[in-house]
Amino acid sequence: MNIGSQKIFSHLVPTVGLLGFIALWQFAAGFYPPVQLPGPLDVLRALRELMTDGVLFSHISISLYRFFSAYLLAVSIAIPLGLFLGSYTTARRAMDPLLQVLRPISPIAWFPLAVLWFGIGNAPAIFIIFLSAFFPMLLATIDAVRQIPAIYLKVAANFGAGKTMVFLRVVIPAAFPGIMVGLHIAVGTAWIHLVAGEMLGAQSGLGYLIVDARNFLRTDWILAGMLVVGLLGLAIYRAMRQLEDLLKRRWGGV
Amino acid sequence: MGQQTTSGTISLRGVAKYYRNPNGERMAALSPLDLDIAAGEFVCLVGPSGCGKTTLINLLAGFDQPSCGSITIDGKPVTKPDSERIMIFQDYGLYPWKSALGNVMFALEAKGVAKSEAKATALHYLEIVGLKDSADRYPHQLSGGMKQRVAIARALAASPLVLFMDEPFAALDAFTRLRLQDELLRIWQEKQPTVVFVTHDLDEAIYLGSKVILMAPYPGRLRKIVDIQLPRPCDRTDSVFAAYRRELFREFQLVHEEAMDYAI
Repeated sequence: MNIGSQKIFSHLVPTVGLLGFIALWQFAAGFYPPVQLPGPLDVLRALRELMTDGVLFSHISISLYRFFSAYLLAVSIAIPLGLFLGSYTTARRAMDPLLQVLRPISPIAWFPLAVLWFGIGNAPAIFIIFLSAFFPMLLATIDAVRQIPAIYLKVAANFGAGKTMVFLRVVIPAAFPGIMVGLHIAVGTAWIHLVAGEMLGAQSGLGYLIVDARNFLRTDWILAGMLVVGLLGLAIYRAMRQLEDLLKRRWGGV
Repeated sequence: MGQQTTSGTISLRGVAKYYRNPNGERMAALSPLDLDIAAGEFVCLVGPSGCGKTTLINLLAGFDQPSCGSITIDGKPVTKPDSERIMIFQDYGLYPWKSALGNVMFALEAKGVAKSEAKATALHYLEIVGLKDSADRYPHQLSGGMKQRVAIARALAASPLVLFMDEPFAALDAFTRLRLQDELLRIWQEKQPTVVFVTHDLDEAIYLGSKVILMAPYPGRLRKIVDIQLPRPCDRTDSVFAAYRRELFREFQLVHEEAMDYAI
């Protein structure tokens, strides 16, 4: 096989896989009423329907707003805290039991409290997304700082670099690739919990769209909503990876 | 760039380093030793693994504290690392997120030199090691030999009185190593820092050192100090070189045999 046809082949395989799944879905849908399992064409129709009156876009934009504000809030707290806890062993030891207990609690479990504290609206959803992004970021940042090769700090101490310089010019850049891993993981968990958060406490957004469609037995809308969640999540994840590659190249292939 | 002062006298009195093994017994990584290194001298520490040469150089550089005894440089006790004495490591210790220039500038900026001045000075030192054209390249774009040259340029930029080198050329191929040995000698002759150079290569030690200190293991100790009276750079095929080589190899063999006895 030459390189050209190899390339075509490598694109063909996933396409065939996807088409095969859609065909199977269409076939299976033939055995059920559309309320139970709408076919792919029904879902496409539902998608167009949702798009024409602008409902879909308003749900998407409110979801993206919640996602990014929660994510940025998590970044702005988890990373400084992680840098601090990674640098100071005593502080980390003091915080460790609390983190170990909080970490396994699903962000969803916080939902009743979130509603009690923040009511219904953007806040509880943002809070849930924030929690789901916060822990992966925090733990990755702590690890990244702790795994900085000792030689980097030895060299800095040898040249007489002050504390601030060591922190800004050695610790942060050396931990950066590890922090990036945490940011990457957090995108995934945050996006997953976006839908959950909106299903529970919101009156808008993609999660709400899915729950609301169930109330009206619009199974085709449910699947359309799920499809949009999947595609948007993929797009955000891909964008994140592009950004990561770019930064890695800038960082000198660490 | 300023003439270097010719101090950098190192003096050790009763210096030892102990550690506890897993059974809680006190073991000597380095048994008590006295040693004087004159300013501007090039001293090579050689010996098999376990002889405490890395322990010793870490103590000298202030990265570690002796269990007893005193280390002074120009009469001042060594308690912590200092930019007057720079360590060069086998694995370079370059910052991968900084270019060659940025790495050298770090040494200057750590001293509070302004950025524009630091840049000019850093370029000067990169030129000394023959890497001015690679100033903008990142460590991952450089060969091992080039990386070690950047590390040397960075060390020189701090204008140290003493250079500690912990097997700096051990990871390099033979030809690069020979070339860097010559470059190091040239730089040493020009800047006249005191150099303490750890190696396990006897030829390298004789070629570079005005004094070769042979160390022995279990416990780590000084075994023999040989003054090498050769012009620098010297001819590696010279008969005097061969004589030193013979002398040191014979001693090295004895050390090895004793170490083997100990291991058995």
